[in-house]
Amino acid sequence: MSEVISFTFNGETFDGEPGQTVAAVLIKNGNRVLRSTRFGGEERSIFCGIGICFDCVVTINGISNQRSCLVEISQGMKVESNP
Amino acid sequence: MKHPDAIVIGAGIVGASCALSLTNAGLKVLVIDRGAVSSGTTSAGEGNILVSDKDPGPELTLALRSRDLWFEMQTDVGDFFELEAKGGVVVARGDNSELLKLAEHQRAHGVDARVVNGAELRDLEPFLDPSFSSGVFYPQDAQCQPMLAAAHVIRTVVARGGAFVSNAKVTKVLVQDKKIRGVETTQGEFQAPILVNATGTWAGEIAKMAGSELPIAPRRGFILVTEPTKKYVFHKVYDSDYVANVASSDADLQTSTVVEGTRSGTILIGASRERVGFDGTMNIEILRRLASQATSLFPVLRDVQLLRAYRGFRPYAPDHLPVVGEDSLVKGLWHSAGHEGAGIGLAPGSAALITDAILGRPSFMDGTPFSPARFAKVLA
Repeated sequence: MSEVISFTFNGETFDGEPGQTVAAVLIKNGNRVLRSTRFGGEERSIFCGIGICFDCVVTINGISNQRSCLVEISQGMKVESNP
Repeated sequence: MKHPDAIVIGAGIVGASCALSLTNAGLKVLVIDRGAVSSGTTSAGEGNILVSDKDPGPELTLALRSRDLWFEMQTDVGDFFELEAKGGVVVARGDNSELLKLAEHQRAHGVDARVVNGAELRDLEPFLDPSFSSGVFYPQDAQCQPMLAAAHVIRTVVARGGAFVSNAKVTKVLVQDKKIRGVETTQGEFQAPILVNATGTWAGEIAKMAGSELPIAPRRGFILVTEPTKKYVFHKVYDSDYVANVASSDADLQTSTVVEGTRSGTILIGASRERVGFDGTMNIEILRRLASQATSLFPVLRDVQLLRAYRGFRPYAPDHLPVVGEDSLVKGLWHSAGHEGAGIGLAPGSAALITDAILGRPSFMDGTPFSPARFAKVLA
């Protein structure tokens, strides 16, 4: 049984395993919508999943525009949709 | 399209503007490009429409008219390319005498150039580093999204009876008795008595195919793009070194800070200039230098992330003036190229000059300083 890593996304707690990315855990738990666009308010999720398209950006521990498909989860991490 | 009146080679902003202006004058215009719309220098700049960086002279006259023509073009084809009269602010640390002298000189030639000090500068750019104590505000400076502009202008040309063929690389320029007959391309042959060479950095190759010559060479420039941010930069802001670099003929790398926000929230940071031929290699040292200069202007940018960097090749002639006019050897061959880093801004003005000359009607200025014939003497 591997370690459980807990983090929050928009205030809600999620659990994952070491090495999983933020987007992976959120998608696995049914959270397809990671943020909304600044002007149109349209929903955005992962698109390329490999760090190229910047569609899945979220704010992590206060730093905006982090690609959730690349950043691995860590204990107590605070993830938010919009800055 | 059968029997166009004119063929424009190059679907960048210079070619697109020429095509629109000729179409509006009643000609049937075919635009061809070896790639897609905006696949050359048009997609590698910042969308500058500047009067602030020009010394009084023919290029400034062209820039002032061209700037107004941008807004007329927007009225003509629609507000689809983020055209914005955002204004430019040139700032100086310490000695600003050169900057003030230039501003005074420009004012005498129709440029709105307002000296701003301390508090006024702070009002214009609240996030500017306090060590910048004075500057000049140029309300006429504007910006657009040039790829959208070229695409929409070409769309308009087609809607008004013109045509566009992409992936048509010119393989031969057809000349008979020193007159243009048309071109052979990878998409077939097209015939017209008028051929506009709007191929920017590559204009020399087309001239050569027609049996003429044009001394246009590339100057490489890098630009950084930040993540979308809150509004930190309100105008186009650059340090006074930029003006000196724009006019320079030095082959070595030069960087001077140009920082501006875009409508989509990203901030563009330029601009480097160097002569390295068509070498497109990414150079991290240049990016570092640009970034550090930008943060010295706007310290708040230290905490803003960069998304990407891009580079392109600005076409320049030995005397740093654009080449606009009929070829000195081949009749019917018209060049509009060599606009260096000012091609977006100067595109509609150059198009007006070309169209007026082709139609034999008077224009807003004497185009002689831009004539390709000025190199004929040198080459002969």
